[in-house]
Amino acid sequence: MALRSAVTRLLSSSQKCAAVTVSRAQGTAAATVKGATEIINLFNTYKEVAFNWRDALDLEGQLTEEEIMIRDSFRDYCQEKLMPRILMANRHEHFHREIVSEMGELGVLGPTIKGYGCAGTSYVAYGLIAREVERVDSGYRSVMSVQSSLVMHPINAYGTEAQKEKYLPRLARGEILGCFGLTEPNHGSDPSSMETRAKYNPSSGTFSISGAKTWITNSPVADIAVVWARCEDGRVRGFILERGMKGFATPKIEGKFSLRASATGMILMDEVEVPEENLLPNVSGLGGPFGCLNNARYGIAWGALGAAEFCFHAARQYTLDRIQFGVPLARNQLMQKKMADMLTEITIGLQSCLALGRLIDEKKAAPEMISMLKRNSCGKALDIARQARDMLGGNGIADEYHIIRHVMNLEAVNTYEGTHDIHALILGRAITGLQSFTVEK
Amino acid sequence: MHSNRYCNRIIVLPFSVLLEIRVKPDNSGVVTDGVKHSMNPFCEIAVEEAVKLKEKKLIKEVVAVSCGPQQSQETIRTALAMGADRGIHVEVAGKDYETLGPLQVSKIMAALAKKEDAQLIILGKQAIDDDCNQTGQMTAALLDWPQGTFASEVSLDGDKVKVVREIDGGLETIKISTPAVLTADLRLNTPRYATLPNIMKAKKKKIANVKPADLGVDLTSRLEVLKVEEPPQRQAGVKVETVEDLVGKLKETGRI
Repeated sequence: MALRSAVTRLLSSSQKCAAVTVSRAQGTAAATVKGATEIINLFNTYKEVAFNWRDALDLEGQLTEEEIMIRDSFRDYCQEKLMPRILMANRHEHFHREIVSEMGELGVLGPTIKGYGCAGTSYVAYGLIAREVERVDSGYRSVMSVQSSLVMHPINAYGTEAQKEKYLPRLARGEILGCFGLTEPNHGSDPSSMETRAKYNPSSGTFSISGAKTWITNSPVADIAVVWARCEDGRVRGFILERGMKGFATPKIEGKFSLRASATGMILMDEVEVPEENLLPNVSGLGGPFGCLNNARYGIAWGALGAAEFCFHAARQYTLDRIQFGVPLARNQLMQKKMADMLTEITIGLQSCLALGRLIDEKKAAPEMISMLKRNSCGKALDIARQARDMLGGNGIADEYHIIRHVMNLEAVNTYEGTHDIHALILGRAITGLQSFTVEK
Repeated sequence: MHSNRYCNRIIVLPFSVLLEIRVKPDNSGVVTDGVKHSMNPFCEIAVEEAVKLKEKKLIKEVVAVSCGPQQSQETIRTALAMGADRGIHVEVAGKDYETLGPLQVSKIMAALAKKEDAQLIILGKQAIDDDCNQTGQMTAALLDWPQGTFASEVSLDGDKVKVVREIDGGLETIKISTPAVLTADLRLNTPRYATLPNIMKAKKKKIANVKPADLGVDLTSRLEVLKVEEPPQRQAGVKVETVEDLVGKLKETGRI
């Protein structure tokens, strides 16, 4: 078993050898055009560089050795341990809580945080991790994103030292699972109108929080919840609620046809008494939740392309294998055009994500950049998944071929963390200086 | 009590193997230019075993050694990420690397084992690209150390090692003294995934560079590769109508 999995690892990474060849040869190509002979020399030089459809712009050559090792190790885990579970997990809507602990053991939860049992790695590495897990399933990646960016990040960025010591190491190990409560039944794209209220009780040193949150990934099985509520001074603040607090309930949302392998539910709070030590003191206003969302959106920009890559590769293999009218489907122009479009969008998308990751690591990134790439990756990935589904014909609707699961999942991924249209408005405001979210001026 | 602390240093020898095998056009060998390498699966198992022994506090230090060109460093880094303490890269490049075989490697290992004062050498039983299955045995012979090959179970007991070996007849259990050479077989353990924190720590671990000449090892090969060819293409079969036809065909081709 060890040998087979190790050999599978070797065989599945064979695409890297071509990428290495390409990156070595590209280093020697220097093109200056000074006449006919030079043009011929130019073409001869390019002839030595083989095009690698798996990595068309040599992303591999732009990663550090450490990033490559992280990606490879985690890719092996995802393909060997997550892929075998996902078919039934998705079909029967079962969330494997164990994967959180497994990912914790590998150190991929909250990977960008320094200290507290976290790895302290680069944002590019975080993106590569998200891409590998979403290659298997967007639901699994959502679980990871929530834990890392929407629970660990706010505690790390806005919490007290005591809160960090208390929660971060256990969250990093996957010992406890968290969820993020911002969206409400009547307030999705418009969180500033939230109805959840936090009232301070000076006599007991607690806050009473009442309200309802919905579409909360992990909530039915979460141990803690980072909930955002409007306080009496009109400012929105974050609170850490724990399971077992009186008045805290997390019913599951049934009948979901997206992200079925992850548990989603509501957070119902009926005068929950939250001690004041559980307030996140270092932020107030919507900048708090948005800071977390931007952190998660960056991971999603990479992740969605992982799902798109799976669909592209699967559709390519299927159309090469399936013979109709005496030839493989891949022989047809309509199929090749679709694959060319997929290849282009995925390749360009990944390059943009890498550029953004490097900017974030240098602390030179603006939130609109993240909006732009989250929107692009999700929209393009959804298109790619749908096209791939179509290319598989009837088999495309069977979950055994996996693509339909990605199609279903990407509907949610395109919608959550800011819909496709909302990110367009964010960009529109940045481009024109005029906001178009509301009807007033 | 003191017996647990006897073993101080283990050397593991993770080797990298080619990921894609293509025969060179002139049939002189296999294409190695630009082909990606990865750690030999049996060597992964060997590294895992060494790290496990260290975690059980039965040994103090795990040293990962690899012989080859610059890219062997990646293999050493992987071993460091799995938990080895430091690495030694024995630089062998170009023509020397093409002719590097078990005899040369075992000479290098023997020299290093003496230099590093190792108590145990653990290797994978064979490399999956050349299937030689010789390095471990040769190393033990050169050092005049006992060997436990095809190990599916290893336990340290004072200054002795109990090894359960996978042999044709089943399982054989032997007890050998340290220092010793062990080679890992498939069922010895399941190698761990390198965790993120360990991959990042591996960056800070030292990899020393050594040349075979420094160890007094002569790399000249005693073997000359005459030809390398791919296995013959599978030929189509022939269908016959009756049993008589079958017997006739078999007689025709001289089979019976």
